[in-house]
Amino acid sequence: MSKINRRKFLTIAGTLSAGAALTACAAPAPTAAPAAPAGGAAKPAAKQFKVAMVCPSAVTDAAFSQSMFDAIKAVQKDMGGESGLLLKYSDNVFQVPNAAAAIRDYAGQGFDLVIAHGTQYGNSLQEIAKDFPNVAFAWGTATDNFESKGLKNVFAYNPKAEEGGYVLGVLAAKITKSNVVGVCGPVEAGDAKTFVDGFKKGVTDTNKAAKVNVTYTGNFSDVSLMAAAAETHTKAGADVLTGSSQSVVGAIGIAKDKKIVWFGTQSDQAGLAPDTVGASQVYDWSGIVKEMINMINSGKKGAVSFETTLKNGGLKIAYNDKVNIPADAKAAAAAAAKDIADGKLKALP
Amino acid sequence: MLSEFFSLTVLTGIAYSGIRLATPYLFAALGEMFAQRSGVVNLGVEGIMLVGAFTGFAVATWTSNLWLALFCAAVVGIIMGLAMSYISVNMQAEQGISGIGMHLFGLGLSSLLFKKWLGSTKAITGFQPIKIPILGDIPIIGEIFFNHNILVYIAFLLVPIAAWVLNKTTFGLKIRAVGVKPEAADSLGVSVARIRYSCVTFGGMMAGIAGAALPLALINLFQENMTSGIGFIAVALVYFGGWSPTGVMLGALLFSLVNALQLWIQVLDKDKVIPSDFALMLPYIMTIAVLAFGKRTNQPAALTKPFERGSH
Amino acid sequence: MSQVRRIINTSFESLLPIVGVVFALIIGAFMLLALGANPITAYAALIEGAFGSQYSFMQTLVKATPLLLVGLGVCIAFRGGIINIGGEGQIIVGGLASTALALAMPSLPGILLLPMALAAGMLAGAIWGGVPGVLKAKLGVNEILTTIMMNAIAMQLSNFLLRGPMIDPKEVAAKTYLPQSAPVPEQAWLLRLLPPTLLHLGTILAVVLAVLVFIFLWRTTIGYRIRAVGLNPSAAKYAGINVPTYQALALILGGAFAGLAGAVEVLGVSHRMLEGVSGGYGFSGIVAALFGKLHPLGSIPASVLFGSLLVGADKMQRAVQVPASLIEVILGLVVIFVVSSELWARRQASKRKTS
Repeated sequence: MSKINRRKFLTIAGTLSAGAALTACAAPAPTAAPAAPAGGAAKPAAKQFKVAMVCPSAVTDAAFSQSMFDAIKAVQKDMGGESGLLLKYSDNVFQVPNAAAAIRDYAGQGFDLVIAHGTQYGNSLQEIAKDFPNVAFAWGTATDNFESKGLKNVFAYNPKAEEGGYVLGVLAAKITKSNVVGVCGPVEAGDAKTFVDGFKKGVTDTNKAAKVNVTYTGNFSDVSLMAAAAETHTKAGADVLTGSSQSVVGAIGIAKDKKIVWFGTQSDQAGLAPDTVGASQVYDWSGIVKEMINMINSGKKGAVSFETTLKNGGLKIAYNDKVNIPADAKAAAAAAAKDIADGKLKALP
Repeated sequence: MLSEFFSLTVLTGIAYSGIRLATPYLFAALGEMFAQRSGVVNLGVEGIMLVGAFTGFAVATWTSNLWLALFCAAVVGIIMGLAMSYISVNMQAEQGISGIGMHLFGLGLSSLLFKKWLGSTKAITGFQPIKIPILGDIPIIGEIFFNHNILVYIAFLLVPIAAWVLNKTTFGLKIRAVGVKPEAADSLGVSVARIRYSCVTFGGMMAGIAGAALPLALINLFQENMTSGIGFIAVALVYFGGWSPTGVMLGALLFSLVNALQLWIQVLDKDKVIPSDFALMLPYIMTIAVLAFGKRTNQPAALTKPFERGSH
Repeated sequence: MSQVRRIINTSFESLLPIVGVVFALIIGAFMLLALGANPITAYAALIEGAFGSQYSFMQTLVKATPLLLVGLGVCIAFRGGIINIGGEGQIIVGGLASTALALAMPSLPGILLLPMALAAGMLAGAIWGGVPGVLKAKLGVNEILTTIMMNAIAMQLSNFLLRGPMIDPKEVAAKTYLPQSAPVPEQAWLLRLLPPTLLHLGTILAVVLAVLVFIFLWRTTIGYRIRAVGLNPSAAKYAGINVPTYQALALILGGAFAGLAGAVEVLGVSHRMLEGVSGGYGFSGIVAALFGKLHPLGSIPASVLFGSLLVGADKMQRAVQVPASLIEVILGLVVIFVVSSELWARRQASKRKTS
């Protein structure tokens, strides 16, 4: 152990003992209530749970990376703050070899759970997980937990993004007056694609007369091209817009300017433009984060694939009260959501 | 699809968006043109734009004063331009490479400050379109040309002003002399260093404004690395425009018009006959093609060559 | 005596990049303090991350490999008077071509498939560099403009291929549509030299090529002509050298090396083509070449130095949890300081010449 490692170890140990002294209630129960003020100091604090997260864009991206960051932060709050759950993260790691190095490093540092929050990290993760059988990993958005490859320490998680896409599509179809709806896609891949496919089906199932125009900008970060795409949609008559990825801030800005409604996905985007974002499909990972923590605490480190749906609450439709959406539109959306949850309705074509 | 394409809405839409989208390119490329006419390539435009974009957005968020925001972005651009001048003129650094350093620096700094000071972003109300009286009421023409926000007008007004400064004033003469034959200019008592400093610093200021134009006049929001390549394209447009303000403007317009066009193709092409990726390639291919088969001007002879008194 | 002094001087000059790095790190230390991190802990982590263990040092070498390959291309182009900023696009098409070839002939033995895949990458890069090269030679189109545009075109081409014709069939079957190719056949992988570290044969290949490029530039006629064109085009023209042809050649070779870097990244590291494979190497390779005084042999230690900065900085981010963008700020400062310190070296050199 080098000097540096020892120092780091001391720091961590220091934080731990300080945490133990201060925390009262930090049992990592799945339904843990928000941390109560330190009262019964006699109760021994549970061991600090250490989570590391690696993601491809900024944790402030109002989209994919932020959705996981917010979820872990929420769980952390439930577990009594830093003393209950320690979170370290590396964001903006778009390049896979760099992400692999980060994942491997966190795994080697003794984190309990290392979250590889990027579909593209899968192949590297498979290799790394093999070398650290005692560390639990989570990978998303993905369906394969590598159990078939003999790995027992990888969780996978995948959002059924088309479900919320469909519901937002119903809303869009109900409120459009021009019967033109615009979709600002980044690229035709991953959950961006399933979201768009679900959205399109939601619109056309609800309103036969409505047209859905789709554009792609070819990457996740080109904000100004996204803005130009949104503007083109409005010129083509669209009065409702949606889109996916961190670059949609460009489109939201245009929607605000043109005073038309935006439907968001991944994170709750109401904060970006409170008078413009009608509703967002929110990836609420906090449920599965809690579930994974419970499983790990009881000795199960992987071989489970989670799917977030409207039914299990991993996907939520978050309305923004500041934007007026007619009650009948909301009712139609709720009905569609219920049908999807009951399995009566397929969100994908 | 084809018949839809030649409808009035689509054609005016393309023209209007093309002009609007050209704004940040035009600001940045006009500034860079002055730097290059004086003999300095600043490849760091993108980095300066990012810091300008952040500054503009942050000040607008805090004060809601758009002009103050623009002013602060310009000041930040001036500071970074001065740094670039020092690096190129005093330190005589290899310009292609120092520019890459400036880009990295600006990219990192804008994200870092955003995380430290703002953390999240909320849309601001940017410059609103101003309809020019009378002209704005002309059908089609008015809609295309005279219904933009103030920064769009300023960007295009700068083109004739830049041309006048460059071709009709003593200062412009000095710039051109320094960019072609610095030794001769020096022997005539023109301070090569001072001219290059002013041009590169002016370029920095324009890059700062170009960056701020994104949140203040086009997008209303900020996102890390939001320029995503505009600064580099702007540098390329200076070469495209043959180092003349009109040429630079035509380049910016061509690039943006083709970009607006490809978005319309995507909107109208319902069955995705043309893959979006190929539509997205269009502006770049067109720019190369037009330059390859068009008229070309020689670059300023002393471009990228540091000048040291008495070394010649 | 003067011999000794010269050696001291030259060795000090070759250390200039390190002086530049130190200055940048000093400024970075103040920024770390402003962010509430302890600079000593942070920099200790940086060094540990790059050199602290066998694994991390090999990681540095893996990172240095594409930098060296791109850097070699930059050396050739620069010696021919051209700055090749099209590396990003050339890396992408190189990766695409080598993947496509390896996937097309899965039954070929490795001894054939690997060299062919590498050659395909080189060829694609050469074509991508050749377009600006030929446009410059035949039509006088400026290469800065074309290489910037070619970077963007390569990106879109890659988007198209990785989501269409070249997408991994498994991605389509699973409906995940991640833009990546199927894995290339195992016999085409570059041998891992020191498992479990990621060090692969490509690193040795790059070093061997550095020596070959040195011989090419300084011991062959073509190399001599490229350098002559770069040093003084009008004199070269007067001496009967076809200047445009050699400028185009310099860009083609520059592209070939960047394309090879893409192929090596695919065959040695990711084992399939995916988005972001260029990872900024097209630009950081220029910086690495500069650190090495634009000399093929100097580029070897320079790539290791810059690679160690990249790897170590990531580790620093993880250790003290500062935003990753701080690393870009510091790297930007490193580049600016190193490129500025050149002046000092040049002044010393001219002083020596006159005295």
